[in-house]
Amino acid sequence: MTKDEKSPSKLVKQTFDLVLIPMLAVLTALIIGGFIIVATDTNVYTAFEEGGLGVGLSAVGTSILVAYGSMFSGSVGSWRDISESLVASTPYIFAGLAVAVSFRGGLFNVGVEGQLILAVMASVYVGSRFPFLPWIIHLPLTILAGMAAGALWAGLAGYLKAKTGAHEVINTIMMNYIVYLFADWSLNGFLCRVPCSSPVSPPVLPSAYLPQFFYRLHLGFPLALMVAFGVWWLLFKTTIGFEIRTVGTNPNAARYGGIQTTRVMVMTMALSGALAGLAGASELLGVNRVLASGFSSGYGFDAIALALLGRSHPLGVVLASLLFGTLRSGATRMQSLASIPTDIISIIQALVIVFIAAPAIIRWVYRVKAKGTDEGSTVLVQGWGS
Amino acid sequence: MNDMNLTLQEKRNARMGVFFLAISLAIVVFFALNTPAGLTTTFGLNPGAATNAPQLPDVPVPTASTIWSLAILTAFIGGWQLAKGFKNSNIALLFVVLIFVLAFLTWAARGQSMNFLGIVSASLLRAAPIAFGALSGILCERAGVVNIAIEGMMLSSAMVSVLVASMFRNYDALNPATGHPLFPDWFATIGRTLDSLNLSPAVPWYLLIGLLAGMLTGGLLAAFHAWLSIEFKVNQIISGTVINIFAMGMTSFISQRFLQPIQPLNGSGTFTSLPIPVLSSIPMVGPLLFENRFIIYLLFILVIAIHVMLFYTRWGLRTIAIGEHPKAADTLGVNVNRMRYINVIMGGVVAGIGGAYFTLGSVGRFNKGMTAGKGFIGLAAMIFGKWTPFGAFGSSMIFGFADALQQKLQIFSAQVPIPSEFLLMAPYIITMVVLAGVIGRATPPAADGVPYEKD
Repeated sequence: MTKDEKSPSKLVKQTFDLVLIPMLAVLTALIIGGFIIVATDTNVYTAFEEGGLGVGLSAVGTSILVAYGSMFSGSVGSWRDISESLVASTPYIFAGLAVAVSFRGGLFNVGVEGQLILAVMASVYVGSRFPFLPWIIHLPLTILAGMAAGALWAGLAGYLKAKTGAHEVINTIMMNYIVYLFADWSLNGFLCRVPCSSPVSPPVLPSAYLPQFFYRLHLGFPLALMVAFGVWWLLFKTTIGFEIRTVGTNPNAARYGGIQTTRVMVMTMALSGALAGLAGASELLGVNRVLASGFSSGYGFDAIALALLGRSHPLGVVLASLLFGTLRSGATRMQSLASIPTDIISIIQALVIVFIAAPAIIRWVYRVKAKGTDEGSTVLVQGWGS
Repeated sequence: MNDMNLTLQEKRNARMGVFFLAISLAIVVFFALNTPAGLTTTFGLNPGAATNAPQLPDVPVPTASTIWSLAILTAFIGGWQLAKGFKNSNIALLFVVLIFVLAFLTWAARGQSMNFLGIVSASLLRAAPIAFGALSGILCERAGVVNIAIEGMMLSSAMVSVLVASMFRNYDALNPATGHPLFPDWFATIGRTLDSLNLSPAVPWYLLIGLLAGMLTGGLLAAFHAWLSIEFKVNQIISGTVINIFAMGMTSFISQRFLQPIQPLNGSGTFTSLPIPVLSSIPMVGPLLFENRFIIYLLFILVIAIHVMLFYTRWGLRTIAIGEHPKAADTLGVNVNRMRYINVIMGGVVAGIGGAYFTLGSVGRFNKGMTAGKGFIGLAAMIFGKWTPFGAFGSSMIFGFADALQQKLQIFSAQVPIPSEFLLMAPYIITMVVLAGVIGRATPPAADGVPYEKD
C-alpha cells in the first residue's frame, strides 16, 4: 500500500463508496419492491378503470403508503415493536457471520440452514434433559451442544473439500437436505415429545433458557453483538484470522507461505458451522424453546444476502442484520394490515444481492463513478472439482 | 500410461472387488439370514390397471433361495473382479447394484406380492423433473457456466405455467357477466374459438400455451443469470443463489396474492396419458415407455437430442470446447460469451419444461415451494451422470427409484424396518460419495464456473 492510498481524504472516499453502494442497493430494492406491491394490487387497477388517472394515481399512493407505512410502524412504531425487530435480527447476525467467515476463507457455506437445524436438534436434546443441572452449567452446555453439532457438520464439508476437492457448495446443499430428512425422522422418533402425537420436541427446561429482558428480547442479542466483535477480533487481529484470510484470497500463496491449508479450510468451515449453530441455539433457547417442523424460515439463505450486504465484515453483517431483521419484523405487520405477503422481503433481499454483487448496475443507475479499488467478488470463482 | 497410473487403476479394481464381496456379504447377512424358510415373493409385471399391452402373469419366486442365489452371483462377480478384473468395472458395478436392489425387493416383499413394474413406472414419473434439471445443468455447465438456479427456474416455471394455462382454460370463470372481469372480452373469444376446434384431448391447447410460458420463464431467468455472470462477472454461485431466493419469494408472493384467493387461476388440469399406437402394445416396455404423458415424451426426445447435439454437431463440440478451454476456442474464432449466453438460456428453457412438469404434468395446481429441492437433486444427477445426457437420465432414474421405493415400502413397513427418510437421503449421500471420489470420480468441465475474459 502506498502513502497516497493511506491519505485521509482517499480513505474517506473509499469508505463513502463502501457504504454508499449498499445503501443505494437497499434503497433501489425497496423502490422496486414498491413497484411490485403496486403492480400486484387489484385495487389499483380497479381505481384506474373506474376513476380515471387521478383516482388511479391516488390509489397507487395509498397502496404504497399503507404497505410501507404499516411495515415502518410494525418495526419501530413502539418499544415492543423495536424489541421484536431486535429479536428478529438476532439469528440473522449469527447466521450472517457464519456465511461471512466462510467467504473470508474463500469458501461458500450454503449449508448454514442445515447446520442451524442440526444444531437446534442437538440443543433441544441437551436442553430438554438433565433437570438436575443448575442453569450456569446447563445453559452453556446446551449452547455448546448446538455449536458443536453445527461445527462438526460444516467441518465435514470443509474436510471433504480440503482432502478430496469435492466442492463445498454442492456438498453443503446435499447436506442440507440430509438434515431436513433426518430432522423429520427424529421429530417423529427419538426427539418427539412423549406420547408422540405430532412432530414436536419436548420443551427446553427453564435452566437452559436464554432469559428475556425487554419484552421478548433475550440475552441472545447482546451475545450476538459480542460474538460479532469476537469474530472481528479473530479475523483481523489473530494469526488464525490471518491464515483464514490468506487461504481465502490466495490458497496457493498460502500453501507456499507455509500455511496448512487443509487445517485452515476445516477450521473455517467449522467456525462457520459453529456460528450457524449459535443462530439456531439462540433462537431456540431465547424465543421458541421447542423444536417443531418448520423451525427455521430460511435463515441460512437470508444469511447469504446479509454477508454480501455487509461485505463479509462483522460490523457490516450486524448492520445488515439489523436492517433485515427490522424489515422482516415490520413485514409481519404489513401482512396483517395490508395483506401483502411477507415474501416481499425475500424479493427485496434478492434484489439487494443483485445490486451488491453487480455494483455496476447501481453505478449506472445513479451515475456514481467507481472510486478507489472496487471490492471485487468476495469469493474465489471455482468450478465444482477444484 | 505410466506405472503410477497403472497401480492406481489396479488399486481401484481391487477396491471394487472387495466392495462387491462386501455387497454379497450384506445380502447374506441382512436379507438371506433374515428370511424364514418356505416363503414366496410374487412380482407383478403390469404397471397400470388398463394398458394397451397384454396383461402378464405375476412371477412367484421362492424368497430364500432367490436371495441366496443372488448373493452367490455377487460373490462370483466380486471374485472375478479380484482375480481377473472386468474390462469395464463400472458396468460390473451397475450390475452388482441392480442385484442388490433385486435381493432387497425380494426380501422386502417376502411372503407377499410387489408390483415390480409399477415401481419402475413410478420411478420414471419421479425421475422426470430431476432429469429435466440435470439436462438443464448439462447445457449450462458444458459451456462453463455453473447454474445452481435450476431449482428457482423450475419453481418459477411451475407457477407461471399453471397460471397461464389456467387463465386460458378458465376464461369463463375469470370473466363473469357481472362485476369486474379480470380479462377483456377478446380474451374469452380466443379461448372459445380454440376450444371449439377440439384439437387434442391428451394435449390441450391451453396446456401447451402454459408450457410455452413456463419455458419462457425459465429462459428469461437463465438470461438474467447469464447476464449477471457473463456481463458483470458476478460469482455464478451468488448469481444462482439470487435467482433461487427471488423465485422462492416471488412465487410465494404471487401465489398468496392471486392463486390462492382466485381459484380459477390455479387449476389448469394436466396432460393425460397419450399412448403411442403400435409401440404401446409391446409387453412390459410398451406401458413403461410408450404410454405416458406428453411431457415425458418430451424428456425422452430431449435426452436423445442433447446427446446427439452435444457430441455430433458443431454446436456441441464448440460448447464442450468453451467449457474445457475457452481461450483455445476463442483463438479458433468461437465467440465464447455468445455461446455461453445461448447455452445458458437453452438450459433455462429445459428447466422451464421441468418446472411445468410439476404442475401441468402431474397435479395441475401450484403449491408453495413445490419443487422441494428437485432442482438440486438434478444437479446431483448431472454430476453422478458425469455431465452426459444418458448418464444424467440414468442417475435421475436411480434417484427416482429411491423415491418411488420409499413410497412403496410404506406398505411393507411391518417387515422392512427402514424409515422412508433414509431412503430419501440416498441421492444426497450417493452424490457426496461420488464427489469425494470414493467410487468412481466425477470430473467437471475444466472451465466450469470461471468467467471468460479476453486478454
